[in-house]
Amino acid sequence: MKLIVAIIQPHKLEEVKGALEAVNVNLMTVSNVLGQGRQKGYTEVYRGMREAGGLLRKVRLDIAVSEDFVEKTIQAIVKGAHTGETGDGKIFVLDLQECVRIGTGERGPAAIG
Amino acid sequence: MNAGDTAWVLMSTVLVFVMTPGLAFFYGGLVRRKNVLSILMQCFIIMCAISLQWVLYGYSLAFGPDTGWGIIGGLDWAGLKGVGGAPNGDYAATIPHLVFMIFQAMFAIITPALIIGAFAERVKFSSFLVLTILWATLVYDPLAHWVWSTGGWMRKLGALDFAGGIVVHVSSGISALVMALLLGKRIGYASEPFRPHNLPFTVLGGALLWFGWFGFNAGSALAANELAANAFVTTNTATAAAGFAWALIEWRIHGAPTVLGTVTGAVAGLVAITPACGFVSPLSSIVIGAAASAICYMAIAVVKAKLGYDDSLDAFGVHGVGGAWGTIATGLLAEKAVNPAGADGLFFGGVHQFLVQIALVGVTVLYAAVVTFVLFKVIDALLGMKVDKKSEILGLDLSQQCESAYTVVD
Repeated sequence: MKLIVAIIQPHKLEEVKGALEAVNVNLMTVSNVLGQGRQKGYTEVYRGMREAGGLLRKVRLDIAVSEDFVEKTIQAIVKGAHTGETGDGKIFVLDLQECVRIGTGERGPAAIG
Repeated sequence: MNAGDTAWVLMSTVLVFVMTPGLAFFYGGLVRRKNVLSILMQCFIIMCAISLQWVLYGYSLAFGPDTGWGIIGGLDWAGLKGVGGAPNGDYAATIPHLVFMIFQAMFAIITPALIIGAFAERVKFSSFLVLTILWATLVYDPLAHWVWSTGGWMRKLGALDFAGGIVVHVSSGISALVMALLLGKRIGYASEPFRPHNLPFTVLGGALLWFGWFGFNAGSALAANELAANAFVTTNTATAAAGFAWALIEWRIHGAPTVLGTVTGAVAGLVAITPACGFVSPLSSIVIGAAASAICYMAIAVVKAKLGYDDSLDAFGVHGVGGAWGTIATGLLAEKAVNPAGADGLFFGGVHQFLVQIALVGVTVLYAAVVTFVLFKVIDALLGMKVDKKSEILGLDLSQQCESAYTVVD
């Protein structure tokens, strides 16, 4: 089992969701996050004071998948989120030790899908 | 007695009243989310405290029969004794004395509320409350007496302050600067970003201020007449010029006009036209408004940054500087052709009036600064004006009010 964490542009969320649903990945947790990458933040001006380094709005997806879904999920996220410009985001893949479905008590790959 | 005048002044009273909640949102949006309630609370408690102070003795100190030297009114009208339905010919012959009193009450309320901007995000609530009541008693009431009461020495000298440039804005603005200097900076000031937490609140508040200011200025004619009409038009025109000018200045310097800048400019224009609105023409009001933005922008973006004092929400930069400019500009641009009861300013041949206006700003700055300094030192020694470091970091909403504005979890 893997936990896939993706940081994407907020406006690409719907496309990523569509791409994931097309490969039958339907379970995910989505959160609003702030961050900066190579493009750095942006500068804001308040009453003439410049404040640099503001963080950019991003969307984070947390998706737990069994091994045979890992590549499909990565491909779907890339397909939905890619524009080719800086700021498209990143995908992290982590080993997932355990998964428990609270409703039934199922564990492991059975609890993931 | 005149029903039209009475209705207009009552309506204007309502308009001035709503400026304080408007100010609360104007300021509230500018602070960080952990301090928004403290601002709203400070404004709201002032509405309660000064309403009582005014009725019990404040109105009498400000407008009551003079005690001899034009410095303060007596306690003859304390508890509104003798202030009733019959008009007082000295102030407003066509409306009930009670209506004049409650209209003035709203000015007494918003003035100390303006100072909140200087000590936002670090003042101790209990000390703030004591300071506010004493400040209203020892600074606002005497100044209102000097400028507006029949026996006041500034009025006798020929001061032109239609709706409160000196009494409201210079007095609160300079006191705000003294407070900011004495209280010191917020933790992290100038080293970490202080972003306004809700600019839409600030825009809403700024719009409410503009809305309410029609009552503040045009209501100060104390009658539904041509003078009110002039004040109404100059108020709107100066504000428009000021908002527009600030946007252009930012556009030129920073490459984009900000909504915060445009609203700030509008408020600076409102402040500046306040003393002048009943004495200048609409065309002159454009000059007053546009220049107000240029001058206040310099004060906030250049001078404040250089000197490094932490006037959190620019109470001094907008109200002190804008109020002083407006009062002096009245001495430049007033014309008897607009208001025969006024005077001609420098540009219309009146050197004397110009010098009077400058001198009165100077005296007001000196008086308000000294009294605020003493009040601060006394209260600071007895109660402490600033919250401790832990409370400041936690935020005043939790540390002073025991509540939070926004929930994170439902």
